[in-house]
Amino acid sequence: MLKHLRRLIGAAIVLGSMLAIPVAQAQETIKIALIAPFSGPVAPQGDAFLKMLKYAMDNVNARGGALGKKFELVTFDDKITPSEALIALKSVTDRNIPFMIQCIGSNVAAAMIEGVAKHNARNPDNRVLYLNCAALATELTEEKCDFWHFRFSGNVTMRVATLVRGLPPEVNSIYLMNQDYLYGQGVAADTKKFLAQYRPDIKIVGEEMVPLQRIRDFSAYITKIKASGAQALITSNWGSDFNLLIKSGVESGLSLKYYTFAAHVNGAPTAMGDGGGDRVVAVLEGHDNMGIELKSAKYNAWIDGFRATDPGFDYPWINFQSMFDMLATAITKVGSTDVLKVALALEGMEVTDLSGKPSIMRKDDHQLLHPFYTALFTKPVKNESEKTGWGWKTVNGLSTADLTFPTVCKMKRPI
Amino acid sequence: MEIVLISLLNGFVYGMLLFMLASGLTLIFSMMGVLNFAHASIYMLGAYAAFDVTRLIGFWAALIVAPVLCGAIGAAIEIYGLRRVHHNGHIAELLFTFGLFFIFERGVQMIWGMLPVPYRVPPLLDFALFRVYGSNFPAYRGFMLLISGGMLLSIWLLLTRTRIGLIIQAALTHPNMVSSLGHNVPRVFTTVFAGGCFLAGLAGVIGGNYQITEPTMASALGPIVFVVVVFGGLGSLMGCFIASIIMGMIQTFSVIIDGSIADLVKGFGVSIPSDNLLGEILNVPGSRVGPLLPYALMILMLLVRPRGLMGNRDT
Amino acid sequence: MSAATTQTTAVGRFKGHGKTWLWVGLVVVALALPWVFFNYQTGRHSGFVLTMLSQAGMMILFALSYNMLMGQAGLLSFGHAVFFGLGGFSTIHFLRAAGNGTLPVPMELMPLLGGLSSLGFGMVFGAMVSKQRATAFAMITMGIGELVGASAIMFHSFFGGEGGVNADRMIERSLFGVNYASPVQVYYLIVAWTVIGVVGMLFLTRTPLGAMANACRDNFERAQFMGYDPRRVRFFQFALAGGFAGIGGALHAITYEIVTFDAVGAGLSANAVLMAYIGGSGTFYGPILGAVLITLMQSGVSLMSNSWLIYVGVMFIGIVAFAPGGLAGMIEIHGPIARAGRLTRLIVPYIRLFFPAFAVLIGFIGLVELMSFLTIGAAQGKTLELFGNKIDVKAALPWLVSLGCLVPGGLWLWFESRAFGRVWDRLTEDLKERDR
Repeated sequence: MLKHLRRLIGAAIVLGSMLAIPVAQAQETIKIALIAPFSGPVAPQGDAFLKMLKYAMDNVNARGGALGKKFELVTFDDKITPSEALIALKSVTDRNIPFMIQCIGSNVAAAMIEGVAKHNARNPDNRVLYLNCAALATELTEEKCDFWHFRFSGNVTMRVATLVRGLPPEVNSIYLMNQDYLYGQGVAADTKKFLAQYRPDIKIVGEEMVPLQRIRDFSAYITKIKASGAQALITSNWGSDFNLLIKSGVESGLSLKYYTFAAHVNGAPTAMGDGGGDRVVAVLEGHDNMGIELKSAKYNAWIDGFRATDPGFDYPWINFQSMFDMLATAITKVGSTDVLKVALALEGMEVTDLSGKPSIMRKDDHQLLHPFYTALFTKPVKNESEKTGWGWKTVNGLSTADLTFPTVCKMKRPI
Repeated sequence: MEIVLISLLNGFVYGMLLFMLASGLTLIFSMMGVLNFAHASIYMLGAYAAFDVTRLIGFWAALIVAPVLCGAIGAAIEIYGLRRVHHNGHIAELLFTFGLFFIFERGVQMIWGMLPVPYRVPPLLDFALFRVYGSNFPAYRGFMLLISGGMLLSIWLLLTRTRIGLIIQAALTHPNMVSSLGHNVPRVFTTVFAGGCFLAGLAGVIGGNYQITEPTMASALGPIVFVVVVFGGLGSLMGCFIASIIMGMIQTFSVIIDGSIADLVKGFGVSIPSDNLLGEILNVPGSRVGPLLPYALMILMLLVRPRGLMGNRDT
Repeated sequence: MSAATTQTTAVGRFKGHGKTWLWVGLVVVALALPWVFFNYQTGRHSGFVLTMLSQAGMMILFALSYNMLMGQAGLLSFGHAVFFGLGGFSTIHFLRAAGNGTLPVPMELMPLLGGLSSLGFGMVFGAMVSKQRATAFAMITMGIGELVGASAIMFHSFFGGEGGVNADRMIERSLFGVNYASPVQVYYLIVAWTVIGVVGMLFLTRTPLGAMANACRDNFERAQFMGYDPRRVRFFQFALAGGFAGIGGALHAITYEIVTFDAVGAGLSANAVLMAYIGGSGTFYGPILGAVLITLMQSGVSLMSNSWLIYVGVMFIGIVAFAPGGLAGMIEIHGPIARAGRLTRLIVPYIRLFFPAFAVLIGFIGLVELMSFLTIGAAQGKTLELFGNKIDVKAALPWLVSLGCLVPGGLWLWFESRAFGRVWDRLTEDLKERDR
């Protein structure tokens, strides 16, 4: 009995000291937790996001950080499952980390909004601020909006609006293909809404909802699209659903334009290769050639700096930089990392993004309003994507004002 | 009409790819009773190996080197792994391959990274073979048909015309009898396991650039290959072939069905709202449930006829 | 067959000696653990430890219920998460109903409701699968798992689609006047229900049903001749296992206040297999060990290393190949020696075994981490740090050190394990001599 007990206590002490080490570290940096999938099927995205966020953070640190302290990312693996993300959130609050970034998976984001709201209500002395950098489902800042959640990325509605208004006038028949879940369904609904509003002349000749990451051969869909006679395909597919779709389409000689939401995300240009050239248009917040197009030395230097690290993919998310800029500004303004004060300072904040356009954190729903662009996968370009020889060139764009839509969010405020 | 023809072609190509994977698995499963969870992992390994060999030497070399490598790996798994756990029963063997599946997935990520690798169709085969109703039929798909057809023929010759083939055939249906007759059953097992892995590797070489070579390709294809094997039935290569083609056809044809059960009854004047779970299920169009049909079919088959389509004994 | 016989004797022995004090001690430890990690400076519980303990609690129920199929009835299921998840989804809907006042049930009874609804689902699916056994059974459960998993993303009214369904657990209705705002209150609810579930499943092993499940596992034809219908035995065992998994799912819903599609997914089903087998499916308590270990690895080790999956995989394969009885099996084989009072004789051989094993472990972990930092870690811009020292993964030294630990360590381990085997054989021979 005694021997067993002693062993148990010993094990508990070892485990305890293991967990205690990180807590005991000195507080010389401002810690930001990053909860992302680093294992499992979406791990490549987690990897890429960490790299991009780190670059944006290092830029702010090079300027001196905030309050004389540098920012530091602490990573947690959520395996793209909400329950694991919530466990990670517990370790974030245990370590008194005031800021938490989580970007991948709208399902995880919905759970995190709830989790953070409940945690902050139940533990007012140990609050945490949720910075969402890429979970896109519109409802996160509409029906599900919350005071402790700030989204630093344009939502589905803003993206779809950019795409629909960027459709060239000669297009008059389109085909929709989206993945059968929250995000894809949101894209489909918004596309129909905006088509009716802006382009009533366009006819939707067919629509598909594909099961998420389950189709291994898209040639049957391609046949169907071909038979419909559509001039353009609008798709929000990502990952293998996008890569295999483009591949099948190119192979069977489908001659239409692809209007996409994920063709610029890491891995996709590799998968498209020559087949996607001059055929794929993406909605994006920035791309590696935009600095050259705008003749902006600042933007160019930022892109070159990232490409110099040889990451193997593009960095379109210029809003990540805006996020860290805003966070540093807010912390400097209020003079502390008190979560409530920083949140109040972030509300309504306006910064100039890399392209020189305004980015506004709307107070009503905590949604960042910033410009969006459509770009064509073409050549020759200066900065090619993923060594394919092809790269992005801006076709069209909508300004911050164009993309400011009314919100239905009814936010509950702590004060 | 043209959709039917093109879908028929595509379904056939996909079915043949499934068959390349499933034929090896069905041989292993029928003889050793092991449902090899790592089979699709070997397929993935074949694709990655082919990617590397293609970069270093060329695609045609990869077509030989990668499957041989996979066969060697398979032999090693059988000799140093499965044979060890054999005396602990079938469940232990199955779980052993289950563990291998995890290790292969992570191992591939560690060696080749997490992003898809640019394993492409060789330029020599990158053209349109012919056009059907304005749709290209890529030459590479024709090549895939050629390879898989050739494979089907050589398996058939091997099994019916050679001594080892006859033993394998006998061991498929009466494994105990064969060992009683004094044949070296462990060696037959190793041969079959290595052969199955060789085929999976070959499928990987030609499937990796037909689809996308990425770390999740094993977990995406694994379950459907099981479905084919179980549906086709134990101990029957013919059943496996038919099951592969059926599953390939289902996957391509379900896409062109737009109607749902609710639409069907609408014709009789009954309308079903989709605001509850049952209503939602009845309102889902066929194209959305396509990828689930194989599982539903498998369950039905096992409930009605547990030995599968052409199996000669219960699974 | 030998595995099956050891299984029966192990379960049989368990029935004979009720080591009640050990179980009571475990419950006391479970109750005390949150206070071991209590932070007296801030006056707060460690939320991470509490969540991990809570997770361990629900996983214990999940793994034990899975073992009702795998260990006790010899049925391999690849879709057990269906019942865990459906129990969770049902509970979250009950919580919502309770929150808006339409369901007057106190919080403490919510897991019961979750368990009952899973029992219902278990009966429905059980009616389908119980006709089959062996591989056909495994394949049908896999098919059901895939179908339910895909439905959970497609159908919004019950599963909430990708976003899942959420609820607030503070429903203001409790038998003991607790509001369940703090995780520690929830944790004690979980401990209580885990104990109820474990006792319930333990009780089931002693009923005629439990005995018949074992009989059908070992020789179903003979059981049939004796007049029992194996199909009915499978049906009840399957449905009840589903019910207990549902209690676990209900606790999941209460802890996280959200249930999403991954709760019915194939990944969780695979975890059930891993937990039950690694812990040891031949004993009743084995899956408990497995559940705790896997939870620690999944939530604890994954914070330290992204390669945790490979460690789980290697550990799993090692156990399948070398210790088919799992962790519990390894403990059990020491039973006869311990009873003979000869356990002290193994101390020195174990210490001799420990050093090469440790070297192999260090070498293996070193190689895996170096490898993953070279490819994945480098892509993440991470650096490998050991005791505060940065390690250059491209330099030769760390690789040589790891290899140097692994290869000679492996040879040494092989050598020592043979010596250990000789000591072990002599001991067991002695025991046999003495018994004669």
